[in-house]
Amino acid sequence: MPDAQTADETKQGLSVHDLSFRYGSKVALDAISFEVAPGRFCALLGPNGAGKSTLVSLLTHLLVAPQGDIRIAGHDLRQHPRRALGDLGVVFQQPTLDLSLTVRQNMAYFAALHGLPRQQTQARIDAALDRLGMRERAGEKVRALNGGHRRRMELARALLHEPKVLLLDEPTVGLDAATRQSITDHVHDLANQGLCVLWATHLTDEVRDADQLLVLHRGQILAAGQTGDLRGGRTLSDWFLSQTEVPA
Amino acid sequence: MSGFWGVARAIMGREFLRFIHQRERFIAALVRPMVWLLIFAAGFRAALGLSIIPPYQTYITYETYIVPGLCAMVLLFNGMQSSLSLVYDREMGSMRLLLTSPFPRWWLLFCRLLGSTAISILQVYTFLALAGLFGITMPPLGYVTVLPGLVLGGLMLGALGFVLSSLIKQLENFAGVMNFVIFPMFFLSSALYPLWKMAESSPLLRDICALNPFTHVVELIRFLLYLQINWMALLWVVTCTIILCAAAVWGYDPARGLMKRKT
Repeated sequence: MPDAQTADETKQGLSVHDLSFRYGSKVALDAISFEVAPGRFCALLGPNGAGKSTLVSLLTHLLVAPQGDIRIAGHDLRQHPRRALGDLGVVFQQPTLDLSLTVRQNMAYFAALHGLPRQQTQARIDAALDRLGMRERAGEKVRALNGGHRRRMELARALLHEPKVLLLDEPTVGLDAATRQSITDHVHDLANQGLCVLWATHLTDEVRDADQLLVLHRGQILAAGQTGDLRGGRTLSDWFLSQTEVPA
Repeated sequence: MSGFWGVARAIMGREFLRFIHQRERFIAALVRPMVWLLIFAAGFRAALGLSIIPPYQTYITYETYIVPGLCAMVLLFNGMQSSLSLVYDREMGSMRLLLTSPFPRWWLLFCRLLGSTAISILQVYTFLALAGLFGITMPPLGYVTVLPGLVLGGLMLGALGFVLSSLIKQLENFAGVMNFVIFPMFFLSSALYPLWKMAESSPLLRDICALNPFTHVVELIRFLLYLQINWMALLWVVTCTIILCAAAVWGYDPARGLMKRKT
């Protein structure tokens, strides 16, 4: 048992085991299990209502499941929520910015919420904004930014505390094609640099053949594996539709 | 430990920044009690005779009588305003950011409560200064001794706002809360008329007023403004603050309250 525990502790990715959740009598997630290793980009693909947002709420501790375990960078979310959330970066589907504050003020607020020392905050904000080409916008009110820049800023903010696991819930919804491409590429690069990424989406063109893929449908994992292997000779969109369409 | 203070500073600082960005809110918070003080009280001055009751040692004008009630009214409205902004934050998503901080949820909520209480107190002191300009003054030291009462009252009414925000599903439902919480709490209290006066018309109403925690916030402030402590009021306010803070933490518990709904 101690060996198993040690092995778990050394895992720096994301691990979900036997996770279930229901809203009253409606089952939202039904005993799902999966793992995402560090350095992997895992796409969580599912149609609307599949349970993606519930899973995101459970992974971010906004909800607590009566059954199942979540480990973030080796930390059990139920037993050690502080450590687990400290290693998690999140970009929610819904914007979470304070429009009346500047980019820098929003970032500094987040840095404090994650307990970053004040002396390091400004340097980290500058570095995070630099990575996404946003440094020159630091003094602007968020209200003045377009949708793409707001999303980039949220991504920069999610990386401020150097998380080991990055969770993004439909981060490109409402963005133009170029911005979508740029954000998708950037997050793939982050995964290549060693970050563990879980990217929830219903858009198949954001997923690459080398990505790990989980298909979530009606609260269950329908398929899991490497995208290229799963889709075979078909387009991912066709394959995905064949997996999730309701028989007439 | 410095992380805890950093979080407190950030959350309170954000509340303050939001407050100064909403000048209308500040003006409304001052106009409301001033209207009661300068118009309502002037009209009722002749109609209501007040006997000498503690903590007063002489006859007082009606304007002087209602100042503590109006201070508490500022705290009450601000508590409800913070409830409104919590519901707004939930709808706009920024509540998620707060609640996914690795710090304990009770601490995050308490910091937010402290921030809104600090803003309430700032408004109360501004109101007291304006009242002073119109010649309605308290004992000079009373402005200092009332501070702990304002902190406690602000925490209690702010915590009530937190509890309500965990129950209100949508922003649109907020008007109902105003009608069913603010007005009964304010009118069924000793803010506008002493309880003995209320008993003359209805002993039942007087009993209801005596059970209303808001009455005790008003009385705590009234006595502290005159350098005295109303121990019963203090006990009521402390007890209610503890209960409401616990209820707020329960309401925001991820395993049951606020987020359990699918929104």
